[in-house]
Amino acid sequence: MIVRRPTRWLDDRLGASSFARTALDKIFPDHWSFMLGEIALYCFVVLVLTGIYLTFFFVPSSREVVYQGTYAPLRGVDVSEAYASILRISFDVRAGMVFRQMHHWAAIVFVATIVLHLCRIFFTGAFRRPRELNWIVGVTLLLLAILNGFTGYSLPDDLLSGTGLRIAHSVALSIPAVGTWLAFLVFGGEFPAHDIISRLYVIHILLVPAALATLITVHLALIWHQKHTQFPAPGRTETNVVGSRLWPSYAIKSIGLFFAVGAVLGLLGGLAQVNPVWLYGPFVPQSVSSPAQPDWYLGWLEGALRLFPNWEIRAFGHTVANPFFPAIVLPGITFLLLYLWPFMEQRLTGDRLQHNLLERPRDRPVRTGLGAAALTFYGVLFFAASNDLIARLFRIPVDGVTWFFRIVVIALPPAVGFGVYRFMQGARLIGAESLLEVPLSAVIRPRRAAPSGEREDDRKEEVRT
Amino acid sequence: MNAPRRPRGTSVAFAFALSAAASAGLWVTYWVGGQPQVEGALIGVALGGIAVGLVLLAKLFLPTGGLVEERGRLASTPAEQEAFSREFEWGEGYLDRRRFLVRMLTVALGALGIAAVFPIRSLGPRPGRSLFRTAWRAGSRVVTEDGRPVAAADLPVGGVLTVFPEGHLDAADSQTLLIRMEPNDLVIQPGRESWSPQGYVAYSKICTHAGCPVGLYDRASGRLFCPCHQSVFEAKDGAKPTAGPASRPLPQLPLTVDADGTLRAQRDFTEPVGPGFWNRP
Repeated sequence: MIVRRPTRWLDDRLGASSFARTALDKIFPDHWSFMLGEIALYCFVVLVLTGIYLTFFFVPSSREVVYQGTYAPLRGVDVSEAYASILRISFDVRAGMVFRQMHHWAAIVFVATIVLHLCRIFFTGAFRRPRELNWIVGVTLLLLAILNGFTGYSLPDDLLSGTGLRIAHSVALSIPAVGTWLAFLVFGGEFPAHDIISRLYVIHILLVPAALATLITVHLALIWHQKHTQFPAPGRTETNVVGSRLWPSYAIKSIGLFFAVGAVLGLLGGLAQVNPVWLYGPFVPQSVSSPAQPDWYLGWLEGALRLFPNWEIRAFGHTVANPFFPAIVLPGITFLLLYLWPFMEQRLTGDRLQHNLLERPRDRPVRTGLGAAALTFYGVLFFAASNDLIARLFRIPVDGVTWFFRIVVIALPPAVGFGVYRFMQGARLIGAESLLEVPLSAVIRPRRAAPSGEREDDRKEEVRT
Repeated sequence: MNAPRRPRGTSVAFAFALSAAASAGLWVTYWVGGQPQVEGALIGVALGGIAVGLVLLAKLFLPTGGLVEERGRLASTPAEQEAFSREFEWGEGYLDRRRFLVRMLTVALGALGIAAVFPIRSLGPRPGRSLFRTAWRAGSRVVTEDGRPVAAADLPVGGVLTVFPEGHLDAADSQTLLIRMEPNDLVIQPGRESWSPQGYVAYSKICTHAGCPVGLYDRASGRLFCPCHQSVFEAKDGAKPTAGPASRPLPQLPLTVDADGTLRAQRDFTEPVGPGFWNRP
């Protein structure tokens, strides 16, 4: 009733009613795994809201001041204005501590749900034609999310994040040909240069968030236009979508999910301490904390830096420094493979058809095995980033732990990949059996008579997966 | 069979009421000055109440699932694609006949693009030789982090200290570890016979792997550990790396003791300190 007049007013000027009506009618399929991307979206909303509040108080400056705030242990200590303003947000600004910690937790959950969402897309084949473009947008979103996580993490100018920036400077230096200039231009000189905090700030609150917001819009627009995928079931085909209408069911549930995400992040922000920079202390170039681990989403890079052998190329008056391989080449290859995967799979399988029905992981044992191997690889790197903590826990020399991980990171992924591949093959047979509701042996037995036929079948399967 | 009981929505109302109560609690908390844990818990309940209420509302009262929508055709028809191409080529045809002008436009845009690159040069200074030298000079007095000169008698055997060249306490590239060892334990490197008077050795504190301060020293084994990536250096043997990703020893600073017993540098480090870079020989 109440919408009648504004609707007419708007429609006179925009003529939007017919599109808006179709929008309300739009059908969205239901499955719990489709919520992962939504959770990431709502984390972004929480990040923007809490982040705006933090910008009102944060001072992006390396200028030294004497801290005089309420946190007694650091009173009288020389700190940067950035660090002092973080202490002010944490101890003096109303709700500042909760919002700061919500912001940090939201970043942690944001990247985590993006990764889970990516796994869902990968293992169910949702990236296949016609959705390759949205896969590319999604991988870019992951890259930007990690980048903004790191820039935000570096802003407080505390001892831990300053060490992270020191490593970033060294990684930039290690790039052949352009590295030295690149490091000097980005940081404003030799480490620690004083321009970096203000530059990271504008990257963190303007450039990357604007790119994220734009690409999220594109991501959603493409989903809208191409319509969501669905799992196969009776009545669901390649040419239809079965589910709930956007208005009211899906919209109300999704808004409910937004509040649920906010609730969890609020609880975490208030009750679970994260990044207590007042305990780390201000950044001092000659000091370092031990143990020193980054936020979880950089763990794989940290682990790679720790595991990579002590190789460095020195020839013809030039050096390709060690961090180049684990911190530039490895992520370069990682994201290159991610970007290219839909096209590589098309190449390998020859499957260039349109797909709107999802696959289950067991339907594609090769893909699932490869995915499991990749996850194992990055998982091992993640744990290797804590080789010092593991050494301390088990009271063994850290060198031994490093060598253990060096072997495991090579040996475990193929083993896990092959195991998962075999398991999925078996699961596929069981799945087929339950679908047929007759013992599989009854179907297969006639073929046993012709062994060549079965082998041929296997080969076809391999080409397809 | 009984007719299905129609839900009355008590649970939904309760969830929203709980949320409102938690929000009221937040008003009070802020009014009295705030308390992070209480705020977090109340934010959780306030938002969670709305979340639970909305989801229950949808589950109990809103039509869910089972609706079918046809996808329709995603791609345009071949005729439409053809029409688009024709339209585009029709316009392109006009430009084709003015190929020289289009080329000049490309030149103009390219020149403008290159002009836009030059201001980037202002982002940082020329690297020059800055990575090849530190603030240590011949005769620089060795001072502690708060500027006190270090005398040869100050440090016991096994002691370790972070030191700087006098007058350059903020020169991060000059941070140096001063370690006093039993002179007989030291393995003197060829060409460095006069660098470690009375068992004092000085190494750059910047890790040669990724530049972290090499902050941990184990007196018993005489080993230096970098806490960032777990590189290990032998302090008594020219700070050679023995484990972890570092591939070069920590550069050593030549020391001397002057007439009144103060430690001084003989000269700057003989090689660039810290992580590798492209133009490092």
